[in-house]
Amino acid sequence: MARVIIPSLLRELTGGRHEVEVEGATVREVIDNLEARFPGLRARLLDGDRLRPNLAVVVDGEVSALKLRHKVSADSEIHFMPALSGG
Amino acid sequence: MTVEKQYEVIGTRPIRPDGTDKVTGRALYGADIRLPGMLYGMVLRSPHAHARILSIDTRKAEALPGVRAVVTAADLPDLESKISELGEGTINLRYQSNNVLARDKVLYFGHAVAAVAATSIHVAEEALGLIDVQYEVLKPVLTAQEAMRPDAPILLEELRTDELGAKGTTPTNIAEHSQISRGDVEKAFAEAAVVVEREFTTATVHQGYIEPQNSTALWNVDDQLTIWCSTQGAFGVRDQVAEILEIPVSKIKVIPMEIGGGFGGKIGVYLEPIAALLSKKARRPVKLTMSRAEVLAATGPTSGSYMRIKMAANREGRITAAQAYLAYEAGAYPGSPVGSGAAVIFAPYKLDNVLIDSYDVVVNKPRAAAYRAPGGTNAAYAAEVVVDELAEKLGMDPIDFRILNGVREGDKHPGGSEYPRIGYIETLQAAKNSPHYQSKLEGPYRGRGVAAGYWGNYGGKSSASASLNPDGTISLVEGSVDIGGSRASIAMQLAETLGVAVDCIRPSVGDTDSVGYTEGTYGSRTTFATGWAAYELGNKLIQEFKARAAAYWEVDPAQVAYAKGVLTCNGRRLTLADLGSQMDDMGGPISASASVRAEKWGPAFAVHIVDVEVDPETGKVDVLRYTAAQDVGTAIHPSYVESQIHGGVAQGVGWGLNEEYVYDAQGRLLNASLLDYRMPTALDLPMIETILVEVPNPGHPYGVRGVGEVPIVPPAGALANAIYRAIGVRLNELPMSPARILAALAAKK
Repeated sequence: MARVIIPSLLRELTGGRHEVEVEGATVREVIDNLEARFPGLRARLLDGDRLRPNLAVVVDGEVSALKLRHKVSADSEIHFMPALSGG
Repeated sequence: MTVEKQYEVIGTRPIRPDGTDKVTGRALYGADIRLPGMLYGMVLRSPHAHARILSIDTRKAEALPGVRAVVTAADLPDLESKISELGEGTINLRYQSNNVLARDKVLYFGHAVAAVAATSIHVAEEALGLIDVQYEVLKPVLTAQEAMRPDAPILLEELRTDELGAKGTTPTNIAEHSQISRGDVEKAFAEAAVVVEREFTTATVHQGYIEPQNSTALWNVDDQLTIWCSTQGAFGVRDQVAEILEIPVSKIKVIPMEIGGGFGGKIGVYLEPIAALLSKKARRPVKLTMSRAEVLAATGPTSGSYMRIKMAANREGRITAAQAYLAYEAGAYPGSPVGSGAAVIFAPYKLDNVLIDSYDVVVNKPRAAAYRAPGGTNAAYAAEVVVDELAEKLGMDPIDFRILNGVREGDKHPGGSEYPRIGYIETLQAAKNSPHYQSKLEGPYRGRGVAAGYWGNYGGKSSASASLNPDGTISLVEGSVDIGGSRASIAMQLAETLGVAVDCIRPSVGDTDSVGYTEGTYGSRTTFATGWAAYELGNKLIQEFKARAAAYWEVDPAQVAYAKGVLTCNGRRLTLADLGSQMDDMGGPISASASVRAEKWGPAFAVHIVDVEVDPETGKVDVLRYTAAQDVGTAIHPSYVESQIHGGVAQGVGWGLNEEYVYDAQGRLLNASLLDYRMPTALDLPMIETILVEVPNPGHPYGVRGVGEVPIVPPAGALANAIYRAIGVRLNELPMSPARILAALAAKK
């Protein structure tokens, strides 16, 4: 199962847990499964059916351009972090 | 350090294709546009930093002979709050619209309130004076710290603090709080051998591009809108205008003119929707150009900031914990680059325990725009001063301290991403071994400072197309606006791919109807991403050349070889000129296009060394010597890489020593001219020495790594550390202007 690092501002929803192992073939499925275990978490990560603006998802060390559609493997590690924007 | 020679074109220094036009004054900029029947527009701006608009009466202005149109926010669609993606960033369209023309409130001195189009600029100016705006003046709030207080005047009544999707319940100026956390900083601080905690402030500063914003619009009778403007991205202008005016993108063509600098300040629109509305009303083309005072007062500067930094190390010199509190001014509407500041601040260091709290705070200043590594200079200034102090307390050389703690491939960024192949350690080594660092600096009031910097860079969407000419040359149309020599760097990558000389490629910049979608020239992405499109384009052309030659020779394409512009098969030979000039025999015209969404952009690191001398009588800081080492990936055109570094350092020196917005208590900008807003000139800077450390980015076909932004990240920190060694006082406020230096010297006594 993929390992999700829970952003510190969301740990109130996971009972203080920093990391959670979740099933899912894509980031979207992982978030859906997180929601099933920790209700309210999806609404904090998504804006409608998209990742929140100014939020990036990091899968296996790389910032994902595919975001919710990014494929996830059983040993993937997923982080959510503020998005970087350049000038 | 240089890579072994493996390329024919890449790494050479050809003259830029647009060079002649630019040095002879023939290049066409937006202000050069002259159209039949064209009107001249001007914008009425708020004299108040914070006020409610009670009424706007435009009747007298409309009645003035020569006036053809007057517009206010009432002419704009009243948009709902909607987040729209704009390249790598996002914008709230309601705020964007309200920034173009204020609807209910003015939120900063210079906020646009109304605009006029007239037969001459003088009539337009007279008409502005006839517009009667009634205001209820409100108390302004000008810094993040003031704006965060519970009793601060509120700018946007509907604003609630967003904490990763959780909204606050009361009106506030804090638009967003975000947090990056790893490990246990409290425990690490408690166990540390050395702890340094400091607070810092930085001033609001402007990008300082030489060419002011301008826009000419023609809203034709068939409702097709054409816009000529100075922008970093034509497609971004098209998309913003479409959203703000609620018209289809298919109705809009944006023609990007040559651009006299942008540095992030020409991504968002200011004049374009106004010019379009005026043209629609007047049924004539309308041109608007900003004055320098308008540019400074009303276009996006970058954030002033307040920061608290705490870092700790063990006796072996390992950094064990880092904590930051960052509050950045967003200006009038949410969207400061504080998230990027959080990404930059501790990025060069390997950390197990880190906590970064970031606050995006609205204040009564122009809405912050991107500025070259947005948010990075503020953050790195604060962190690098603390890192310097840690090294000093441990008795370590500042570069050795950074080498010991520096990130390498496989280490993790505080946000969770893993560093691919990077050249930070090589860059530190190059700086340490440089003639500058190995030299001695002697004399009173002289000091040497070092600082490092990181920028994440970006890839994104880019397109290019090409066609073969009868003389064997290739016309290349690229979607990227050329600010810093990208016609050359992109043409060079196509030439390298095709194996032809670079002067066989004739590059030009396309408009939104003539080339595929391309994000703006920002994020240090253009040579990386549009260059990648050129690489793909070259490979497509080669396949097409082979197919045409095979058909002509009546052989299978697999039998045709291509090298250096020549096709061969069984002793037969065709050049590109043969293919282009005999197109009737060769299957007709040959063209191709390529679009990419480039990923795997590699981050960039820089290490700067600066020597300064402080005049104790005046407080003036002279920069004696400056060396910038940087991991640049493969330097496609080394001269333009060096120029990017020179530019970043020059801007960083201005940020560090002189530049700041000065407001009075009512929030009126007092220094809206380049006489009073003090940017460095050539007389203020030494020759900036550069060290190009070429560690190719494995994520790009030619190893390209963005180079344009990271050189502005370290200068302020390096200067602060140098000034400390010159006068024995650490300055915690930017700019480190003569007045502040004198105050620091007086306090020391």
